[in-house]
Amino acid sequence: MDNKRKISFFIIISTILILIFIFSGLNSNNKYYFLSKRIPKVIAIIITGVSIAFSSMVFQTITNNRILTPSILGLDSLYIFIQTFIIFVLGSGHIIVTNNNLNFILSGSLMIFFSALVYKFLFKKNQNDILFLLLAGLILGSLFQSLSSFMQMLIDPNEFLHVQDIMFASFNNINVKVLWISSLLVFILTIYTYKYTEILDVLSLGKEQSINLGINYDDIVKRMLIVVSLLISVSTALVGPITFLGLLVVNLAREFLSTFKHRYLMAVSGLISIVALLGGQLLVERVFNFSTPISVIINFIGGLYFIYLLIKENKI
Amino acid sequence: MKKSYLVLILVILSLASIFFGVKEISLSDILQLNEKEVQIVVLSRIPRLVSIIVAGMGMSISGLIMQQISQNKFVSPTTAATVDSAKLGILVSLILFTSSSSFQKMIISFIFAVAGTLLFMQILKKVKFKNTIFIPIVGIMLGNIIDSITTFIAYRFDLVQNISSWLQGDFSMVIKGRYELLYISIPLVFISFLYANKFTVAGMGEDFSANLGLNYDRIVNLGVIIVALISAVVIITVGRIPFLGIIIPNIVKLFHGDNMKETIGYTALLGAVFLLFCDILGRIIIYPYEISISLTVGVIGSFIFLHLLVRRGING
Amino acid sequence: MIEVKEIVKQYGDKNVVDNLSMKIMKGKITSFIGPNGAGKSTLLSMISRLIPKTSGEIFIEGKEIGEWDDNELAKTISILKQSNYINIRLTVRELVSFGRFPYSQGKINREDIKYVDKAIEYMQLRSMQHKYLEELSGGQRQRAYIAMVLAQDTEYILLDEPLNNLDMKHSVEIMKILRGLVDKLGKTVIIVIHDINFASWYSDYIVALKNGKIVKNDKTNQIIDEKVLKQIYDLDFRIQDIESNKICAYF
Repeated sequence: MDNKRKISFFIIISTILILIFIFSGLNSNNKYYFLSKRIPKVIAIIITGVSIAFSSMVFQTITNNRILTPSILGLDSLYIFIQTFIIFVLGSGHIIVTNNNLNFILSGSLMIFFSALVYKFLFKKNQNDILFLLLAGLILGSLFQSLSSFMQMLIDPNEFLHVQDIMFASFNNINVKVLWISSLLVFILTIYTYKYTEILDVLSLGKEQSINLGINYDDIVKRMLIVVSLLISVSTALVGPITFLGLLVVNLAREFLSTFKHRYLMAVSGLISIVALLGGQLLVERVFNFSTPISVIINFIGGLYFIYLLIKENKI
Repeated sequence: MKKSYLVLILVILSLASIFFGVKEISLSDILQLNEKEVQIVVLSRIPRLVSIIVAGMGMSISGLIMQQISQNKFVSPTTAATVDSAKLGILVSLILFTSSSSFQKMIISFIFAVAGTLLFMQILKKVKFKNTIFIPIVGIMLGNIIDSITTFIAYRFDLVQNISSWLQGDFSMVIKGRYELLYISIPLVFISFLYANKFTVAGMGEDFSANLGLNYDRIVNLGVIIVALISAVVIITVGRIPFLGIIIPNIVKLFHGDNMKETIGYTALLGAVFLLFCDILGRIIIYPYEISISLTVGVIGSFIFLHLLVRRGING
Repeated sequence: MIEVKEIVKQYGDKNVVDNLSMKIMKGKITSFIGPNGAGKSTLLSMISRLIPKTSGEIFIEGKEIGEWDDNELAKTISILKQSNYINIRLTVRELVSFGRFPYSQGKINREDIKYVDKAIEYMQLRSMQHKYLEELSGGQRQRAYIAMVLAQDTEYILLDEPLNNLDMKHSVEIMKILRGLVDKLGKTVIIVIHDINFASWYSDYIVALKNGKIVKNDKTNQIIDEKVLKQIYDLDFRIQDIESNKICAYF
């Protein structure tokens, strides 16, 4: 199969899954209720899937590494910290917790603000060492983790259930208004990233080759990092953190396609991501009866796959 | 920085730690053998002091050993998957043997810690791009992945908050009869002192060690076992203490270079002093309540770590 | 012409390249020589804008390097570093095609294909053009990278220790290719090189560096001189003429 066939193959699979997801068990009585629940869910899955896949692909290319995920920028931990903090201080009944719109805007903009701050500081100090930025992100992430888990310990167990809900991504309560905003944002960012696919191909040759071929490396990397943080912020604020989905789908895409071309890699990783989320959500609803959140399942599978990858690969 | 100063500071802090607390105790109480006060000191204050000193020394030395054998100054039990594997071990022991004693928990979590650390060392061999910053990133990623497996299992068994509070480093729960397991670290610390020279040689690489007639693998394995055992014991009795293993050895190295025989004594002392200081701080800040040691060390440690990182960046 | 004016590169408190000025002639091979830590690679990287300079000016074709459009500059000057570790699986042809990026921005047209074919042909890589880079030997891989730079079709070609890790046969092969680039295709080649005899045999000009400064910048036969070399390397040299080229023995 050539690359275009492979893409068509994944388009067909994801379409079938979407149809199953929307129409299975539908009859004239429950039609309106189910459709009003399921369609937003599917849209949310597509948005999240695409933004996680794209951000991870771009992130791996600019860091020139196959085993990293943008969650190490510390945004996931920040999100959990924000949510825990709100519940800890204001209680789970407060409007910021219950009103999805407000929560989305608040946590989304705080994450974007945080990354802007970190980039600004680090790019100044240490102009272009991305790895430095990553380790700093990890340290800050673990700082947020320390803070969150301290509050989680103090929160009473009933309130903790709310925190636990937020700690794991879920597609079960999607707010339609929030969905519109994030669809629009992700759509714009996707178009924007697609303009850079050829440049990303060159970036995968490494920094020196990119400069040699006339790319303004520092500028492009900064732009791409901002795109990555925006995508991650939107998807995290929408459904919550799914740390290892990106790692999983990007590497699967690389295995399926033997190409370096981002135009194909990104399309396929986006589609695999949608398939994985839909499949996962079907599992959650039909097999686990909503007892296990989708992110826990996906992180588990992603984690196992990753360890397999580490052991299998000869060089990293 | 002289050793005698450190010892002096340690003694002062120790006395402060014994006499300071929610229940004020004065020297005269002890001298007059007031039964109640003496009891508090014997049952609670002294165990707390001893466990802090032992944990502080143990974790810092673990970090030092990890840094020697991985030849990377930002590697420590928290950045090499050791701690996360130990955590997985605790969870497994909680599920398999619901009423397991601390000792059983320790054995299982020790086995997991050894396995996780060895996995990391194995992966390290494959890393082609031996960048000082990249290696700890790989370690933290691996730790996160093991953590996602832990979360999956914990979620299935409804143990998420349980595990989270279990690992919140906290010395306030340390009372007589619940911390004695920590004593296992003491002989390990002694062994580390005896083998300090060999770890230094092993730190210069496999070929270099072989040239000097040293069995490299054996020394590395010994190091991993010491580190894993100390980490498992500390996690079970006290909880997770982030970054201690990185910042203490690095601060000592700034003054005393890389010869482990030289630095190990300072590392042990400074580790104990630092942890004791953080503990007392945690008890003062929101007196009469306590901030957990994970949080105080987490916050102070993050900033010191970031500082060390920026410093490294500037010095090339 | 490339002209470097009072250029400085500072790491910490140390000037790795220290207030250095020179001109590099068009249509010639210029070699940078000197002991370790002389600043040769740093200088080369600054000329090719891989690393920023601390102060000073670099003029390429009369225009300061910072004023060049990145893409236009990539059509004028190309650089090959000694460590070319690439993280992705590429065939020789795919690698060489990347050389056309400054012209086509990734959308290869017929004109680009012609250049790619010519570069592959010139470097005698036709039979292995669909092989993956990791399947090649060190010498073949080096040729593939040079082919990429050829496809880039720049006036100036800079190479940082191109003979690194190559055996004698492959080293000679690469040096002959570089000579050919100048003599047959009219390119300007600038290399950092350690082997003094290769420098002597193949280059037109030599820039001798030490401690970030130029010791001497002149025609090759002016530099290959017992006194000059002793000054650069603190070693004793004996020099003999073989086929009107100077060859050194050192001990």
